[in-house]
Amino acid sequence: MADKKWMPRWFYQLASPRWCYEITGKLLPLFVIAAILLLVTGTVWALAFAPADYQQGNSFRIIYIHVPSSILAQSCYMLMAVAGAIGLIWKMKVADMVAKCCAPIGASIAVLSLATGAIWGKPTWGSWWVWDARLTSMLILFFLYLGIIALNSAIESERTAAQSTAVLALVGLVNIPIIKYSVDWWNTLHQPATFKLTERPAMPAEMWVPLLVMVIGFYCFFAVAMMLRLRNEIIQRERRSSWVRDLIAG
Amino acid sequence: MNDSVPNQSTEESMVHVYKVDGPFWGALKRDLLLSYRRKSDLVNPLIFFLMVATLFPLGVSPDPTFLADVAPGVVWVAALLATLLSMDSMFRSDFEDGTLEQILLSPQPLYLVVLAKVLAHWMLTGLPLTLLAPVLGVMLFLPAEGMGGLVLSLLLGTPTLSLIGAIGAALTVGLRKGGVLISLLVLPLYIPVLIFGSAAVQGAVTGLPLGGYLAILGAMLSLGLVMAPLAIGAALRISVSG
Repeated sequence: MADKKWMPRWFYQLASPRWCYEITGKLLPLFVIAAILLLVTGTVWALAFAPADYQQGNSFRIIYIHVPSSILAQSCYMLMAVAGAIGLIWKMKVADMVAKCCAPIGASIAVLSLATGAIWGKPTWGSWWVWDARLTSMLILFFLYLGIIALNSAIESERTAAQSTAVLALVGLVNIPIIKYSVDWWNTLHQPATFKLTERPAMPAEMWVPLLVMVIGFYCFFAVAMMLRLRNEIIQRERRSSWVRDLIAG
Repeated sequence: MNDSVPNQSTEESMVHVYKVDGPFWGALKRDLLLSYRRKSDLVNPLIFFLMVATLFPLGVSPDPTFLADVAPGVVWVAALLATLLSMDSMFRSDFEDGTLEQILLSPQPLYLVVLAKVLAHWMLTGLPLTLLAPVLGVMLFLPAEGMGGLVLSLLLGTPTLSLIGAIGAALTVGLRKGGVLISLLVLPLYIPVLIFGSAAVQGAVTGLPLGGYLAILGAMLSLGLVMAPLAIGAALRISVSG
């Protein structure tokens, strides 16, 4: 169609579950290698070679898990909402599947972020949990993920479930900034700066470079988890099509 | 609805044209009439509101100074839960008897019909809750200075709760067990309204100017009025076609 020339070709190819299955099959090993390399390098660098914080000592090293998981939990929500919107607008099956696969991964990463935050909070703030603005907004993000998972599993028809969760994800996307600012505001009203991290100078390079490695490593890991789930979902939904039958027959 | 006006044209002077309300007023009148005929649905959220507020002195402490401290939050949480409780039935009967399908098929703009339905819901739950709230305030020893803030914040906040809740109701209307699910979907989205609503009451108690809080509640309401009917309409189409 002439009026659709402005979209690149791969965008339409993505709509084909088969093409998507094949391309992820080729990309998967690359991302597995990248994730292993980056995560191993980053972890060893962060835990053994990065300098200890002058105030928090070695306990700060959990930042190398905590920060990447927090960033990833938020990006994952963005991906889910965008994929949901693409599924709603272009009625693209693969986008629906991507959105569906995002929710459980995002929820687990949000749990990781909350758990590492709690573990970090114990030595730093003296308690496992404080009603700090950033903790609270991460908790609410986790609740949003849970709502989306609950809605998706409650609806039997795959198409309806995908559309409903896409609407909910988009409503949540509009709400995330509002929630974030309102929680920030609420916190600064009641507990000004009590629970801020101890002030410290901007991170030196030997501290933030391993952090960057870990963040990229987490993204690669996410891509791996995503592709594995997506391939599973494609095979399951396309089980009646001839190419999947051929694939299974060998 | 039935007031007929004579046709002005001379050719068909015998024909009477029946004046029909537009989509907004028609839907609003219909919903109000339906609830008027089922009065128990009207009262139930209010009773729930009273009961939840009663649980706090019994469960935590009847000490007046403590209750005065927590009163803004308790009244707001109780109002939020009462609204949530009434949400599930919003589209349910229309869905079951096929009215919803007819609304979706009709050429009338869905946006206006949905807005009217939400307004009717608010007039039957949010508005009575707002009017009842000072009574709860007295029971919980909320200082007299806080009453104005309580009523104003609820007046601006409860329509937003109805709008957001309607999205959840529209998404779950086709499901048999929507009740618990709708709370899971909607409660996280209610948090900003709760924060600014109860902060407004706290501010009123301590004598801070209320303008900022009320402006933010108003801003959330305006955003909800523009955006929420779109999401509700889309969700209804998905639920009914699914």
